[in-house]
Amino acid sequence: MKPELERILSRVQKPARYTGGEYGSTVKNEGVSCRVALCFPDTYEIGMSNLGLRILYGVLNAMDGVWCQRVFAPWTDMEEEMRKAGIPLYALESGDGIADFDIIGFSLGYEMAYSNVLNMLDLAGLPVRSEDRKDLRPLVVAGGTCVFNPEPLADFVDVFLPGEGEDVLPYLVERYRAAKRDGLSKEAFLLSLSQEEGFYIPSLYEHVYHEDGTLSEIRPLNGAPAQVNKRIVHDMDRALYPEKTIVPSTEIVHDRVMLELFRGCVRGCRFCQAGYVYRPVRSRSPELLIKQGIGALSASGYQEISLASLSTSDYRPLGDLCDGLLSWCEPRNASLSLPSLRADNFSMELMRRVQRVRKSGLTFAPEAGTQRLRDAINKNVTEEDLLRTCRTAFSGGWSQVKLYFMLGLPTETDEDVLGIADLAFKVLKTFYDASPVRNRGVRITVSTALFVPKPHTPFQWEAQDTREEFERKIALLRSAMRSKSISYSWHDPDTSLLEAVLARGDRRVGKVIETAWRRGAKFDAWEEHFSPERWKDAFAACGLDPAFYANRVRFKDELLPWSSISSGVRTEYLWREREQAYRSEITPDCRRQCTGCGADRLYTEGKCDE
Amino acid sequence: MNSKHRLLFCKEGTAKYISHLDLMRTMQRAFLRAELPIRHTEGFNPHAFVSVALPLPVGHASRCELMDFELLDESLLEDVPSRMNPVLPEGLRVLEAYVSQRPFKELAYLRSRLELFYDRGGAEEAGRALRELFSRETLPVTKTSKRKGEIQIDLIPLVRDLEVSADKTVLTVTAIHLAQNPTVNPELLVSALSENVPDFVPDFASYLRLEPLDEALSLFR
Repeated sequence: MKPELERILSRVQKPARYTGGEYGSTVKNEGVSCRVALCFPDTYEIGMSNLGLRILYGVLNAMDGVWCQRVFAPWTDMEEEMRKAGIPLYALESGDGIADFDIIGFSLGYEMAYSNVLNMLDLAGLPVRSEDRKDLRPLVVAGGTCVFNPEPLADFVDVFLPGEGEDVLPYLVERYRAAKRDGLSKEAFLLSLSQEEGFYIPSLYEHVYHEDGTLSEIRPLNGAPAQVNKRIVHDMDRALYPEKTIVPSTEIVHDRVMLELFRGCVRGCRFCQAGYVYRPVRSRSPELLIKQGIGALSASGYQEISLASLSTSDYRPLGDLCDGLLSWCEPRNASLSLPSLRADNFSMELMRRVQRVRKSGLTFAPEAGTQRLRDAINKNVTEEDLLRTCRTAFSGGWSQVKLYFMLGLPTETDEDVLGIADLAFKVLKTFYDASPVRNRGVRITVSTALFVPKPHTPFQWEAQDTREEFERKIALLRSAMRSKSISYSWHDPDTSLLEAVLARGDRRVGKVIETAWRRGAKFDAWEEHFSPERWKDAFAACGLDPAFYANRVRFKDELLPWSSISSGVRTEYLWREREQAYRSEITPDCRRQCTGCGADRLYTEGKCDE
Repeated sequence: MNSKHRLLFCKEGTAKYISHLDLMRTMQRAFLRAELPIRHTEGFNPHAFVSVALPLPVGHASRCELMDFELLDESLLEDVPSRMNPVLPEGLRVLEAYVSQRPFKELAYLRSRLELFYDRGGAEEAGRALRELFSRETLPVTKTSKRKGEIQIDLIPLVRDLEVSADKTVLTVTAIHLAQNPTVNPELLVSALSENVPDFVPDFASYLRLEPLDEALSLFR
């Protein structure tokens, strides 16, 4: 550890986040010809809980001569100390400043971290704008779900990697090494990269606007393709799973083994970006998963394993997988947890087995209060399913339920809002009907998030509710929650509004992000740091109106800023889904019948969901 | 809960910043990684039982940490260091594992080493000032305790065998101080400087625990 770092660590909160040296971290002292800084624009505790980051770390460090190191956003106390002491943003493994690394890669999972991306580049001592970084080194790249609309960060990032990083990132590293060896300029390298599948080079696209502020044209320059397809992993059984991974020496958010069963989702909830952009569905075999899960538990010493996927209970061999894992876990006091279960195929037997000891709460996400609205968003959960599942759980002694909803979904009426309170009340009634311990009482927690329309979903054309409308709906729902056993919490409208702007922002929003950051924006996902006024002022300073991005309905043929990126799902399909939503018509899940979204075009050698 | 086995280990470098609670979690996981089965607690949420003698303040280094545990198969005891060390994070190193003979309550004193850094010089003068302070009849300093808030304690009866050496910029101090009842954090020696001779407050101080001692000032194991 560097002595200047030691001097400041004694003055900051949770210094173990800033030292590196954890068990399982990779140190390479010899033969390194390419250093990659894998940056997560949030705290250590959140970043280290991200399975994707661990996968990419494993994939890159498996390469000869490549040393991939981790970088997280220092908390504000640490940042202040670093700036005062003149310590630039450094990577945990070597302690070296990242400004002279070869590749700096950001993982972009949520829009509220954008200001942190700029702040991290600045703290590294680099110009935040791509055009001001003239050399090939360091090349700033970004991947993750947010990259499906890269435009708000187009001014700052050199290369976007839409899709899954396992294959494309090592390929990029190879190409970079060749370019470095051949002495290619940054410009020449980017140009050559643009000719290959899966790389979006924002500087090679010119955006032209109509007078009303909508896009009139996206002009690819120098032969760049009109549209960049995402890249995917083709064989999940051959894709790296990091069995031997880093075990943080300080507590993180998801402090356990995470096992990814499959990628993609057969469901097609119309609001869910992940459900569309990670298509097609590709699974791992249960035998391999059991081996990997046990391997990861033994290698880490973790006592808990969690099955992580978009809809875990849709994994066909889930029973076999749980049996295999439990027969190892049980004699060793290790526990298995299943997040994101659905009410409709919820298996009580399965839950009894996996949570034999701990009766933690049940969590369901009906998302909407009435069947009509649930049909409109294609969340195929019925009231009967939910209540039946609750009944089984309550009669088994459970007495805690969390229910997650969204307010502001397209086509929502006040009846739908009040339906949330109704449903919560029916769950309460079910408890009193079914529970053997009813005198002990029940805790029902209702949370409402505010709907944020996302690119590449059927709702990408929708207007978000205004702040006033959200507040009215929250007040309406509050007044309808009349039981002491039901507690209600809701998200902050200001955060959701900014998220909506950044999610569907165009290239001009980059100036707003830069302005807000220069005025102190960072850690916007953290309530104590988020200032709606600062962002409001930044929009005004740039002459842009947040309502234009958040609260405006797009026309069918409007040129959308993210149309340079393809997730594989056809835009016509999304529009058809939107029209069905307005008729409250459901689309069956991919298992009942292929609905022809188009993502299977990326996966010609295999079959979706097999 | 009495445990049969004891670990002597170092906590240095990056591991200095692992907090007490995190250290216990780290050790529990390391035992599992090393495939050394240890006794678990009973009850609702069973976990591997470990107990650290005297929690080390975050940021302090130690060459003599003690931790109790109970190996289920005692024949593995001598393998503990060689099995644990490859699976520990940087900075944690097991020196010895043995059958414990004495309870932690007999651990009375600690010998610690402090390094006080004076970037613009003046370490020798600071050393003289420190020696002068400890030649007084009483040396009250402010100690903040979780329960009682700020209290005054007299360091003279709690600290002994003070040794001081210095070059221009680094003042090295070793001392024996009370380990428990009350616990004397070696940072209090720097407090003694700042409360009495603020000119000699160092730019930076580092702390290293050297050895635990019993009531008779013999090595405690």
